[in-house]
Amino acid sequence: MTFVPPDLMPALPEIFVATMACLVLVIDVYLPEARRTTTLWLSIATLLFAALLTLATAPEARVPGFHGHFVRDAMGDVLKIGVYLSMAAALLYSRDYLRNRTLFKGEYYVLALFAVLGMMVMISAASFLTVYLGLELLSLSLYALVAFDREDGRCSESAMKYFVLGALASGMLLYGISMMYGATGSLNLASVAQAIAGKGDKTLVLIFGTAFLVVGLAFKLGAVPFHMWLPDVYQGAPTSVTMIVASAPKLAAFALTMRILVEGVAPLGADWQQMLMVLAALSIAAGNVIAIAQTNIKRLLAYSTISHVGFILLGFVAGTAEGYAASMFYALTYVLMTVGSFGLLILCGRAGVEIENISDLKGLNDRSPWLAFMMLVLMMSTAGIPFLVGFYAKFAVLQAVVAQGFVGLAIFAVILSVIGAFYYLRVVKVMYFDKAEDDTTLSVSADAQVLMGANGLAVMLLGVYPSGLMALCSAAIH
Amino acid sequence: MQTVYLSLVLAPLFGAIIAGLFGRQIGRSAAHWVTIIGVAISFLLSLAVFKHHVIDGAPAYNATVYTWMVIDGIRLEVGFLVDSLTVMMITVVTFVSLMVHIYTIGYMHDDPGYQRFFSYISLFTFSMLMLVMSNNFLQLFFGWEAVGVVSYLLIGFWFKRPTAIYANMKAFLVNRVGDFGFLLGIAAVLMYFNSLDYQDVFHAAPLFANAKMQIIPGVEWSVMTVTCILLFIGAMGKSAQVPLHVWLPDSMEGPTPISALIHAATMVTAGIFMVSRMSPLFELSTTALSFVLVIGSITALFMGFLGIIQNDIKRVVAYSTLSQLGYMTVALGVSAYSAAVFHLMTHAFFKALLFLGAGSVIIGMHHEQDMRKMGGLRKYMPITWFTSLLGSLALIGFPGFSGFYSKDSIIEAVHASHIPGSGFAYFAVIVGVFVTAFYSFRMYFLVFHGEERFHHHDDAHGHGHDAHHDDDHGHGHHGGTPHESPWVVTVPLILLAIPSVIIGGKTIAPMLFGDFFQGVIHVAPEHDTLHHLASEFHSALGMAFHGLLTLPFWLAMAGVGSAYYIYMKRPDIAEKTRAKFAPVYRLLDRKYGFDDFNQAVFADGSVVAGKALWKYGDAGLIDGVVVNGSAKTIGWLAGVVRHVQSGYLYHYAFAMIIGLLGLLTWIVVR
Repeated sequence: MTFVPPDLMPALPEIFVATMACLVLVIDVYLPEARRTTTLWLSIATLLFAALLTLATAPEARVPGFHGHFVRDAMGDVLKIGVYLSMAAALLYSRDYLRNRTLFKGEYYVLALFAVLGMMVMISAASFLTVYLGLELLSLSLYALVAFDREDGRCSESAMKYFVLGALASGMLLYGISMMYGATGSLNLASVAQAIAGKGDKTLVLIFGTAFLVVGLAFKLGAVPFHMWLPDVYQGAPTSVTMIVASAPKLAAFALTMRILVEGVAPLGADWQQMLMVLAALSIAAGNVIAIAQTNIKRLLAYSTISHVGFILLGFVAGTAEGYAASMFYALTYVLMTVGSFGLLILCGRAGVEIENISDLKGLNDRSPWLAFMMLVLMMSTAGIPFLVGFYAKFAVLQAVVAQGFVGLAIFAVILSVIGAFYYLRVVKVMYFDKAEDDTTLSVSADAQVLMGANGLAVMLLGVYPSGLMALCSAAIH
Repeated sequence: MQTVYLSLVLAPLFGAIIAGLFGRQIGRSAAHWVTIIGVAISFLLSLAVFKHHVIDGAPAYNATVYTWMVIDGIRLEVGFLVDSLTVMMITVVTFVSLMVHIYTIGYMHDDPGYQRFFSYISLFTFSMLMLVMSNNFLQLFFGWEAVGVVSYLLIGFWFKRPTAIYANMKAFLVNRVGDFGFLLGIAAVLMYFNSLDYQDVFHAAPLFANAKMQIIPGVEWSVMTVTCILLFIGAMGKSAQVPLHVWLPDSMEGPTPISALIHAATMVTAGIFMVSRMSPLFELSTTALSFVLVIGSITALFMGFLGIIQNDIKRVVAYSTLSQLGYMTVALGVSAYSAAVFHLMTHAFFKALLFLGAGSVIIGMHHEQDMRKMGGLRKYMPITWFTSLLGSLALIGFPGFSGFYSKDSIIEAVHASHIPGSGFAYFAVIVGVFVTAFYSFRMYFLVFHGEERFHHHDDAHGHGHDAHHDDDHGHGHHGGTPHESPWVVTVPLILLAIPSVIIGGKTIAPMLFGDFFQGVIHVAPEHDTLHHLASEFHSALGMAFHGLLTLPFWLAMAGVGSAYYIYMKRPDIAEKTRAKFAPVYRLLDRKYGFDDFNQAVFADGSVVAGKALWKYGDAGLIDGVVVNGSAKTIGWLAGVVRHVQSGYLYHYAFAMIIGLLGLLTWIVVR
């Protein structure tokens, strides 16, 4: 037996991030407490350089690697760059937050980098093995991050919940994978697809396997009824970790869905589309309706995430290239808006004061008109008000769904979005029309201000010129 | 040339922006300088364009400057069509606008909204240029609405006066009615021609000459008739034709310079311009032309009558404008488009002159507008007197003056027409001549001749709709001797008097009987009423001499004579007539009841309907059941479902298992 070394070039960004994560870990050990910022900047530099590296080494066409376990393609590259940038923004936003809460430690950044690596592996996975490898790397990093504030009981509680439920979901996913392996005799997604297509008739074990896979994915995405962890984790984790949990992993989950369902079990499309349709409809309904009763803003955003996940799934329900592209656009812009919203919550809080409830935002306009305006833009966009990017994202998804004849589903989604607009606008109302209880002006560091401005500007610009990003998504899918 | 056209349009916009946004910073004189320079550039460039196209004979320019978007093959663009019609319009618009800008320095001298005013009139000039230079329906509509907005802003310029606010609201609402028709017309064009570009539409129009459409099932209408009438409804709003004329007299609440610029010389003629531009469409429907003709004749005759009983100097001129717009519309109706445009041009000069003259009188009288308190002003305001006399002679069509050529051509064209309604139209325009002469010279005699009545009314001054202005105007000595206005006022009067006298005779040959409008205005052979005139026309001078022997001249002289007799010699006749024909007088005084009708039916009716909809529809059904009802349901639902999220780990795991089981069951069962 001869050992054929795998072609490492396609995985260069992964290798770089892995190396840097280890380096950061080592460097951080030798840094004095006062120089901790170096770790932050080193991590951000790693992410930005990884983005450049991904751009520079982007192949023309799909390149397989590691004997078919790994794949490098345009969709993966776009999503990876989305992951780097959102994670870099999340790290920068949370600097002062962590410092004020004695959480400003090197491990935080190392875990974040390993989470990024996990997502990259998920995004580039071409077999069930790499899927699971990436998923576990991401999940374990996130469990640790959620429990990062050990002193806080709520933190540990939510981490515990996340861990147990995550284990359950992983178990279901694994079970699904084993069924697939049993039925087709392969772990490679492309071979699985070929084997299913070659079989002709659909056996029950294949469909059961698909159902278990869907459950695993739905848990990662946070679709109803596998969403229960989401509000508790969002609320319990430190806000900066919530921002990480809420943003980039959704891109990885989107990629995972693409890899497993669209590339892997594509011949069973008719079956999983129906399952996803149910999940999408439930998510949109539950997310928008339950959000109304929330007083905690982090829980509110959790339910908002659930309803957005419903929209992302809608694109898969359409089952066309347009639908997938619209979903991808939706996922990317969702991350953009989520990072912005949580970034704002972080910037609004100060030492010892955390923004927990919607009422904590009272009179934000008097305290910092600029932050209030940014929040206004983000909330309006999330609600899907025209000329902001959130509107176009919803529009594109619905267009794809309607094109496939699911008019009723589209109308249902629109009506619930209208209901959902209520709670976003309530945030705006509280910021602008209620009196602040504590009217000290907020001061925000210059770099965070610039980042926030860029974030808000991107939401507005993409709303007016969505075609560029949309074209990119379409090209990446095709 | 494109650069020239663009600068021509944008120069006033630039001035408007500077004066409007930075007016406070740059101060009063800088504001008038920047806007005047902007409009002056436009005027000089339009002279250059005039030379380029008319004297050097360059072909018409038609090109797109900017494509906004393409929707389903329909291009939404900004483009210029510059041909002889456009050239004439831009020259007139920029010239009158420049005169009005200069005049405003004197008229608005003491007004606190000085910069705002200059910004508005420059913005108006920009909008009007966009309208006339357009090469497509969309830009036409933009200009149409933009001039409407500026007109609205200017009528309500003195926004602290309730009457001004009422007037601008009225203008706005009435114009909405017209614009609704106009927009439907444009929509019809788009629906049948699938293009908004003039050239494409005019090219394809003959194909639709006999096309039919069904709006009410079973009733067939000609496509061209419906389209043209809808477009003309737009013109009726903007050009104040009966029954959408009601806003124009009230628009006199605005400052006099804009009455001259917008409500006499330019904006109100936009409808006339538009119909002339659309001549290839209108020529395809005799029914639409008849409609135009009848509406025009009603306006020409009945609005003239109203001029006779007005006592406010500006309102007399306003009703005269209505009546003259009626004449232009009549000319459109008989397919004498070039005569309509010709009258539009001469009217722009002499009506702007009359308005500015009236404004000069108002300044001289310390913002008194009631003619009963004037008289004998000739010796105090010689320049205003003489220029107003020239303007009045032009208006009544005294042979040799500009108005004579244009009005006489219209009358002759109506005489030659045979389409339905032309008999009534001929009667209307002929009687209109007498009426015009009568009210014009009634005003002239009351203001400039006879005994001086203002001394007796000293104490009555500061009341009425000018109360606003007396407070801050600098003359201080109310009721003092009238005085001639400053040079910024009189120079525009003189400059406008020149074309009012000569331009008709100079241009009638090429415009009406030459090839000036060759390829721009299309007239079907069976409608060609001017052709008949051309054979009798030899020279402008000859026409003037021949004019001395015709019926209109004698009617005009009779009008002047009776005005002189009644108001100068035997003022008691006026009183006696009024008493004797009290019902007629009341009818005229109430303006045939249009305003009362609108107020009672539309205004009050809308309020009642609105209240009913609010109470039962909005508060009851929508707020009560739909909005609050569904909000309550959702809120309740949210409250219930929220308890599912109990916080217990085993509940969550259970939910996941249930979800999985649900999926599996569904797979097996289906």
